[in-house]
Amino acid sequence: MVREEAENTREDMVIDGVENGHKPNYEIPDGFNSNYLKTYYVNFFPYAEMHKWMSYGNDGKHPGCDASYFGRREFSFTLENDIYLRFQSFKDVDDLEKAIKHQCPFKIDIGPVYSVDPKKRSAYGQSDGNVFRPVERELVFDIDISDYDDVRFCCKGADVCSACWPLMTVAIKIIDTALREDFGFNHILWVYSGRRGVHCWVCDGKARRLDDGQRAAIVNYLHVHKGNEHSIKKVTLVGQMFHPFIGRSAEVVKEFFEEKFVLSQNLFSDEDRYEKILEMIPDESITSELRGKWQDKKRTRDDINVVRWGQLKYLLQSGKQKMLGVRRCVEEIMFTFTYPRLDLEVFHIPIFSFILVSKHMNHLLKAPFCIHPKTGLFNMPPFSIHAVQDTHTHGRVCVPIDPKHCEDFDPSSVPTLSRLLEELNMRPLGSGGEINLENTSLGESYRYFKSSFLHPLLKSCKEDIENAYAAKVQQSSNSLSW
Amino acid sequence: MEIIGSRRKSFLSPASDAAPTIPIYRSAPELEVRLEDFELYAVHRLRVLKGISDALSRGKKPNEMENVVKELLKVHMSHPEASQVMSKDIISHFVLRLVYCREEELRKWFLSMETTLFRYRFLLETSEAQIALMAEFDLPYKIITNAEYENLKDKLNKVARSMNSSADTIYYKAPFEKVPDLVARREVFIMKGYAYVARSQVVSLLVTHYRSHLSKALILTNRKWTSMIREQEKDRLTPIVEALSTSYLGPDYSQPKDFGEISLRDIDQIARSSFPLCMRYLFEKIKEDHHLKHGGRMQLGLFLKGVGLKLDDALAFWKSEFSKKVGAERFDKEYAYGIRHNYGKEGKRTDYTPYSCQKIISSTPGVGDHHGCPYRHLREENLRAALNNMGVANRALEDVMDKVRNKHYQLACTLTFEAVHGASCDQGINHPNQYYSDSKTILESRNNSKGT
Repeated sequence: MVREEAENTREDMVIDGVENGHKPNYEIPDGFNSNYLKTYYVNFFPYAEMHKWMSYGNDGKHPGCDASYFGRREFSFTLENDIYLRFQSFKDVDDLEKAIKHQCPFKIDIGPVYSVDPKKRSAYGQSDGNVFRPVERELVFDIDISDYDDVRFCCKGADVCSACWPLMTVAIKIIDTALREDFGFNHILWVYSGRRGVHCWVCDGKARRLDDGQRAAIVNYLHVHKGNEHSIKKVTLVGQMFHPFIGRSAEVVKEFFEEKFVLSQNLFSDEDRYEKILEMIPDESITSELRGKWQDKKRTRDDINVVRWGQLKYLLQSGKQKMLGVRRCVEEIMFTFTYPRLDLEVFHIPIFSFILVSKHMNHLLKAPFCIHPKTGLFNMPPFSIHAVQDTHTHGRVCVPIDPKHCEDFDPSSVPTLSRLLEELNMRPLGSGGEINLENTSLGESYRYFKSSFLHPLLKSCKEDIENAYAAKVQQSSNSLSW
Repeated sequence: MEIIGSRRKSFLSPASDAAPTIPIYRSAPELEVRLEDFELYAVHRLRVLKGISDALSRGKKPNEMENVVKELLKVHMSHPEASQVMSKDIISHFVLRLVYCREEELRKWFLSMETTLFRYRFLLETSEAQIALMAEFDLPYKIITNAEYENLKDKLNKVARSMNSSADTIYYKAPFEKVPDLVARREVFIMKGYAYVARSQVVSLLVTHYRSHLSKALILTNRKWTSMIREQEKDRLTPIVEALSTSYLGPDYSQPKDFGEISLRDIDQIARSSFPLCMRYLFEKIKEDHHLKHGGRMQLGLFLKGVGLKLDDALAFWKSEFSKKVGAERFDKEYAYGIRHNYGKEGKRTDYTPYSCQKIISSTPGVGDHHGCPYRHLREENLRAALNNMGVANRALEDVMDKVRNKHYQLACTLTFEAVHGASCDQGINHPNQYYSDSKTILESRNNSKGT
């Protein structure tokens, strides 16, 4: 059995140029290539669950089900050599599975559900009766840690470490709470984007049917950190009191900033760094007083960052300060560093001076359970809170994140392609056939995806379909009755 | 939608003594209207909508918009007979539905402007009128009970204080997506998908419903138009409707009056001080090349007629330039006719009217042409150079280029005007000759005040 397995894997694992002296089968070299990917697609990608999700209950037998629904969803494949195929659609789960296994896309993106099968779009003009247009699309958010490069000093670009990853945790907490408590959404999936960020999929029926203006309203509600590399003041909090959303978010921001971030980023121990903070204070007398204090290099008993932040807060918020703008600076600074930075497209609508739109209905976002293809060295910062030794660092799976326990999420422990393949090879003798996904390191992710997200979602979809159908039947019988 | 024609039906009876309120255009009116008024009323309302469009693009704030709308209505939507004001309002709205239902872009624009118009008209109304209007809408949202209010009082108060105002006493509970503008600006408390809308904010709810209703109505109107009306009315209303969406609405400047004539002597200096960029550009090109192709000759030639250049002076001007390139004889043979034609002295003897901005913007200059609207047709670096020549630089230049990027060519020209003259031009530029006459007005008044 071992040899048979070895035979199989050897075929799958042909690596350019490595003929003789290849490593024993149970050690998969690190990296990402299309052969490994094929094995992943054959053994690990959860086709049935993805199909069930994307069908939103329409794959059932109830007369209210729309059998065309899944086939009207756009997928896009990015193949090797950056070949990009849009407007892919599939009529059922087998179709989807066949296509993915055959093409082995490096990336799969999910787009909207259109009025008709996207493959047939050219048959439809732009005239009113028969139009090809998006009709449903999840509300999505895309948060990328490289958008925080101006405020993190431990890493840059695609790198992430345990000091800066918690920025993502803060973003998840604030946005997830707002989506549930304020907007009343229930079916929300957070996914690790595979390298340096998180994606959020809001899948309630109401969310999928929001128009662009309504999406803009939600995004604007959440948009507090505004500004680009040229503006100094990126957060302005006006008003005598905070809107409840801002107040609630301020608590999350404050706790993280004061207890973790000032320390992990040494915001006040380096002159360049604290100058950037002093720039945000509109009162010259305060900034020069602080500068003076901080020239003093004497050692303090407590962490210097904590001490100096305390001094700054005291001066800005002391009873002497009458100007709200000055008192508010404390929160504005904290928000500037740690409030979620949403990926947005900006455009100008005359009625409200700046309306920002998350993504229009048209946009495509990477599918969960894809593998991130970019290789990158795992960053080992000198002061990481817990150094993780991991030989498998490339090809991470885009796994779900539980927002209720998002502080515990550690990107460096996310299963990688090579680890999964190793697990595949290490299966005990005689256990051929399909791998039981629950027993792999992806097991926990599958379980969470199914029980916490998919099942409640499908239950709710079933109810919606049944209710909508019943209402329709009622309506037509009403109109006949007179 | 019925087509309003000269059927014998009664006029809308004058509204009762109640102060005029805003119609909400739920159904087509049973009204009689003369064919001339069909077009005229629509044109007047269109002026209001275009005025709103202009004001919005210039970034006018909400409190300024209230005044803008009030003025526009006063100027364009009044009627000598008070009882006819409401009819005019209703008729003009339904005529414009026909005009603007025909394409997605037109619908979007119309919807946006009519919704804005409604919003500010509502805000201008008295409290009683507002309450009456709300009743007409018959919204399905309930006012929250005292118990609910007590529970939420603290949060509602925080929202009010975040806007530096105080909490209202009446709140409606509506799904959040019904008040997207309030949600976007965090001016409302939301919980579990519901927004708690203060009585003072109710206009947002009404606007959403108004918009939604009008949007559906436009689709229906379009269907009726394409399936039935357009063909039925092809000799009567259809040509009017089709022309209305692209019409220029200002004076036609074919008969220059106010500033008398200009003489050839002055033309260079006048071009520098008072010509809009499109004409300055053509003027400079003809000085440079001693020639202009047909499009340029028409655009500049008619403009010059509009500013008061007499035929003889015009002939002298064109001849002096062209003969440097093609010779006097050839000018007389090939080009003089065209100029006389423009002045109505040849051929059909129609007095041609100078081109409006709309016409100029939509022209299609080719290689070797210099006509058209430079804000649209010139490449960025050439446009910047031309504006620099006019004395527009730095901040002002960037503002102009910003409008250009957003395809607001007439606004770009307006900003240029404002930069060059150091004065504001509130109604915006719609016609090159208007630019010229506005410029002359400002310069003359400065001369006069200097003189005294």
